[in-house]
Amino acid sequence: MFEGLWGYEHPLSSQFRRLEEEFDALFGAGTSLTGTRNIRSLPAGTFPAVNVASTPQAIMVYVFAPGLDAKSLDISIQQNLLSIAGAREIPRDENATYYRQERFSGEFRRTISLPDDADQARVEAKYVNGILTITVGRRESAKPRQIEVR
Amino acid sequence: MATQQDVSQSQKSGAAHPVTQRAESAIRPPVDVFETADGINLIADMPGVSKEHLELQAEGNTLTIEGKLQFDMSEQMEALYADVRSTLYRCSFVLSSELDTSHIEAILKDGVLTVRIPKRAELRPRRIEVQSA
Repeated sequence: MFEGLWGYEHPLSSQFRRLEEEFDALFGAGTSLTGTRNIRSLPAGTFPAVNVASTPQAIMVYVFAPGLDAKSLDISIQQNLLSIAGAREIPRDENATYYRQERFSGEFRRTISLPDDADQARVEAKYVNGILTITVGRRESAKPRQIEVR
Repeated sequence: MATQQDVSQSQKSGAAHPVTQRAESAIRPPVDVFETADGINLIADMPGVSKEHLELQAEGNTLTIEGKLQFDMSEQMEALYADVRSTLYRCSFVLSSELDTSHIEAILKDGVLTVRIPKRAELRPRRIEVQSA
């Protein structure tokens, strides 16, 4: 009756996705050019997804964690390791018929190694539209300096 | 394509790519779909999407959901590691005729979209009383 809700996709798209996932597993997420993975990296598709970017002033960590109570998150930084832990419990409606259950439910923890110049004393976090943004300041000495030639 | 979890390492090798310069292929958000007596509920994880950048469209018997992912970025930003490599979410579903596409409700909260598609009132399952003779 509801076959349609099983997914409206081109028959090949799942094949492509698998190919993409395999590619990711081989070369993608958490893998460097030499194929060496970080010891703390997690398999592709792990909740929550994380992006890390840097500016001359700060390191920005984006944690894609929708539907959470931001206050329940445990964010800690030690040495150069930033770790984010929390839980997302998805209640299940006992009287309903489930066709798909792809959303993550349970506890999670992610650890991210930051560059050496990360300043542990200057960390800010905010949660907007399901993205947790953690801004870690960089130490002065590491910022590029203009050297004047006399 | 190559990204690195170890941020300090990628800084040295300079192999990082700017966040914005990436081919745009849509992310299919993870969804939960379940049916109750009243209708079908669809819940999708779409972090980074605000109400203004979300579009739901019911055309014929197809429901399409599209959202644009936004987060603060600056010009000087350099990507060091990325699980998420697109800024577009898209998914679509074929609905069946007993669903009432003119009364679809959608709620977006903290990056979670909840869509309720009711069944046409006249088509909701009715309990049939068995009468004793």
